Amino acid sequence: MARLETGQIIAVLKEKLPDAVTEEVLDGVDPILVVKAEAWSAVAELCRDDSRLGFDLLSCITGVDYPEREGGAEIEVIYNLDSIANGHELTVKVKLPRSDPRVASVESIWATADWHERETYDLVGVIFEGHHNLVRILCADDWVGHPLRKDYEPPDSFHGIKNVIY
Amino acid sequence: MTEIENRNPDPLTKNVVLMTAVDDIINATRANSVWPLTFGLACCAIEMMATGAAKYDLDRFGSGPFRGTPRQSDLMVVAGTVTHKMAPRVKRLYDQMPEPKYVIAMGGCVIRGGPYVKHGYHVVKGVDLVIPVDVYIPGCPPRPEALLEGIFKVQKLMKREKILDRTRRTTKPEVYQPV
Repeated sequence: MARLETGQIIAVLKEKLPDAVTEEVLDGVDPILVVKAEAWSAVAELCRDDSRLGFDLLSCITGVDYPEREGGAEIEVIYNLDSIANGHELTVKVKLPRSDPRVASVESIWATADWHERETYDLVGVIFEGHHNLVRILCADDWVGHPLRKDYEPPDSFHGIKNVIY
Repeated sequence: MTEIENRNPDPLTKNVVLMTAVDDIINATRANSVWPLTFGLACCAIEMMATGAAKYDLDRFGSGPFRGTPRQSDLMVVAGTVTHKMAPRVKRLYDQMPEPKYVIAMGGCVIRGGPYVKHGYHVVKGVDLVIPVDVYIPGCPPRPEALLEGIFKVQKLMKREKILDRTRRTTKPEVYQPV
């Protein structure tokens, strides 16, 4: 298949899943698509399986905390998709309520999501539903809190080791 | 009194007797065969490897054999950022080393947390909060010459050992062990 422009990629998505896309930002460095959280699993499956899209590589998953958003605090999960077969790429965002950030795991669609989702869970605290082993990957197993949340306060000590010296 | 047969055939040294203290001979052998633990945590470990490689050639000072087990090592070079997740492993490795044992804290992160001292929630602010340290080498990372100098300092410490001194170097018991 051939390389598609971002507009064409969105057209394919809207043709198959008309209600999934809520927002498009096409004038930035990376064209961004915002997808409903409950539709993300279907969008991901379509992105991989539709031969016109052919997103065979999930490059990265990122979580960002926005505690002061208008209309309620949010956590964004950003997925960077690449198609090696077709040579195009896409950035998909899912916006979640900060009080209960839950989104479907795409581990069964792209195996590489396993560790990426664990990292996003560890540092930002997003719950990926359906993940087979959602435990911390970078911090110690019994670490408290999610360090990349904006209101995170590091512990004064951890297991008898002083953590604040100045 | 029986006469001990002198088998030395060299006429120059035939009747020379070298007198020394047990401490001195033990310490001389110990200081000239420092065996570090193969153990690197971050970028400082690259400089440590460079120190061991051909250009800086740690073997010149008897310190070449990086051992693969703490049970055969007498020097631990903590080279790289120690995180809270790694700290109990560092302590366990230290506890497994036989006495007498020495620790070099290599680089800013190991001495006081380095660039992570204020906002690094995951970094131990100095490995001396976990295990006792003998020599501190500042730098980010220290040059191989600096690590060599640090090993010379350890050798000087080794030459002060007393065979009858039974002091034990202990770690803090409140630091937990990983399961």
